[in-house]
Amino acid sequence: MIRFDAVSKAYPDGTVAVDELSLTAPSGQITVLVGPSGCGKTTSLRMVNRMVEPTSGTITIDDRDVTSVSATDLRRGIGYVIQHAGLFPHRTVVDNVATVPLLTGTGRRQARRRAIELMELVGLPASFADRYPAQLSGGQQQRVGVARALAADPPVMLMDEPFSAVDPVVRDQLQQEFLRLQGELGKTILFVTHDIDEAITLGDRVAVLAVGGRLAQVAAPADLLATPADPFVAEFVGRDRGYRALGFISAEVAVATEPTVALGAPVARAHDVAVDDWVLVVDDGQLPQGWLHLRAHPDGGPGPAPGDPVTPDLLNLGGTLSALGGTLREALDAALSSPSGRGVVVDEDGRLIGSVRAGTVLEHLHAATADPSAQVRP
Amino acid sequence: MSSAAGSAPWDLFGYFADHRAEVLDLLWAHTWLSVLPVVIGLLVALPIGWLARRYRWAYPPVVSVSGLLYTIPSLALFVVMPTLLGTQILDPLNVVAALTLYTVALLVRVVADGLAAVPEDAVQAATAMGFTRLQRLRTVELPLAVPVIAAGLRVAMVANVSLVAIAATIGIPQLGQLFITGFQLSVTGPYYPPIVLGIVLSVALALLLDRSIVLGARLITPWQRVSAAR
Repeated sequence: MIRFDAVSKAYPDGTVAVDELSLTAPSGQITVLVGPSGCGKTTSLRMVNRMVEPTSGTITIDDRDVTSVSATDLRRGIGYVIQHAGLFPHRTVVDNVATVPLLTGTGRRQARRRAIELMELVGLPASFADRYPAQLSGGQQQRVGVARALAADPPVMLMDEPFSAVDPVVRDQLQQEFLRLQGELGKTILFVTHDIDEAITLGDRVAVLAVGGRLAQVAAPADLLATPADPFVAEFVGRDRGYRALGFISAEVAVATEPTVALGAPVARAHDVAVDDWVLVVDDGQLPQGWLHLRAHPDGGPGPAPGDPVTPDLLNLGGTLSALGGTLREALDAALSSPSGRGVVVDEDGRLIGSVRAGTVLEHLHAATADPSAQVRP
Repeated sequence: MSSAAGSAPWDLFGYFADHRAEVLDLLWAHTWLSVLPVVIGLLVALPIGWLARRYRWAYPPVVSVSGLLYTIPSLALFVVMPTLLGTQILDPLNVVAALTLYTVALLVRVVADGLAAVPEDAVQAATAMGFTRLQRLRTVELPLAVPVIAAGLRVAMVANVSLVAIAATIGIPQLGQLFITGFQLSVTGPYYPPIVLGIVLSVALALLLDRSIVLGARLITPWQRVSAAR
């Protein structure tokens, strides 16, 4: 548990970076500090490992004042991940990961063995061990950064915008893997981001900071979206919060049967089963491949000839997939993004179960919000 | 040596064959007089450069003072060194001390700039992982500053090879001696072999030492050679 007790940081020129911050980051959970630039979130983070010394107040980790040990000993016991990873360009990946164990006197052989294990844990092949950071992509470098922070198995991790500098697709992937990893490791994590979406995706608790280092609200993500404490938080959480909040309600929406044709079947068969001129195409394993439109193309070309087989190039790939038992947000997004208006629902192996329409999702939402026992994920 | 005068003004190889032992001695003296100041100068410049980087206010005065040092004519420095150091006028130490001063003047700025060029992310990460200041300097900052420092060393090395020659005027033997010999032998008629030989050997020595620094730097910075995959 990390506890801030009336912590302030003022600079000689009078700038107040952090103002009387009192906050607890519970053990085994991810606490996210989120806010616009200049809100003191990074300063707050750096006061925990004493890269910045507070002007007043105390910070404790598991009830021990961080000033009770030397700064270097304190830091060796805290994992730290930063934007752009901050890898040592002159050291190989395995040596980067082994940094802290080597620093604390672990033998070279053992440190390297542990480093290889950690690389695998964060999804990097062991063959990357002897590469230099410049030979890795941004996402791979960030994985190395996470592995390096985990190397000494610290109970506490500080993460400063670790996923901000990678592209959105990779960021999504890193976030999901990070949550999976945290599910296994249960670290006490303080995570800084300026991105409210990331805060809501990753945080068990989200602390919103306002410019000037004022703590505006601390709450679970669903509560933050549902009941912002003040206009600043409401503004910062943003316009889509109603839609985002759907991400915290699990969907038990009735799934309708969706007729399909297999890849390679004649187009004529699709005509027999199509609804509103759209038919879902699946492969041999019942994995959805895309939608086939049987009407003529809008650009004037004829529709697919009935005698031709259904080929992948005929398919419309629009439409996200929604997992059975996923959230209402996923289900609604699947329905809204589908060219046929029918959102595809799959099981955990990605096989087709059926489809839902947006109207069905909204009816379910209506029923769920009317019923106080509605399932809201914590 | 006067027998050759006038007969073969361009007979470089003949001159070398006739004075082989003497020329090789001069070459060796020239080599160590050039290299030693660079080595000592680097060792002295490292802490000063580090200080100029660590305390930002120290950077402008340190750089100005070291720049001024470089404007002192080398001959003047060679001449006053015995007074400053209490050495004999013919002691090669005078040359070493004077050239060390020049090297320091050149390298202080290079070291400070080299340390400043270390990626801030890497320095922050090292601090956050619990490196002591000295560990960080030794294992992160200095290794990453090698490419910049090596570039400065090359300049200092080549400059020294040419500066050493001037010490011939105060009687310290090295390749510069060949220019004086050539000048003396040319009084009655043109006789160039010692002068040309001196130039050729100086240039060859400068190139060799320059290449050594490039190769050495390459050996200790394997990470610089990997192609970026990003």
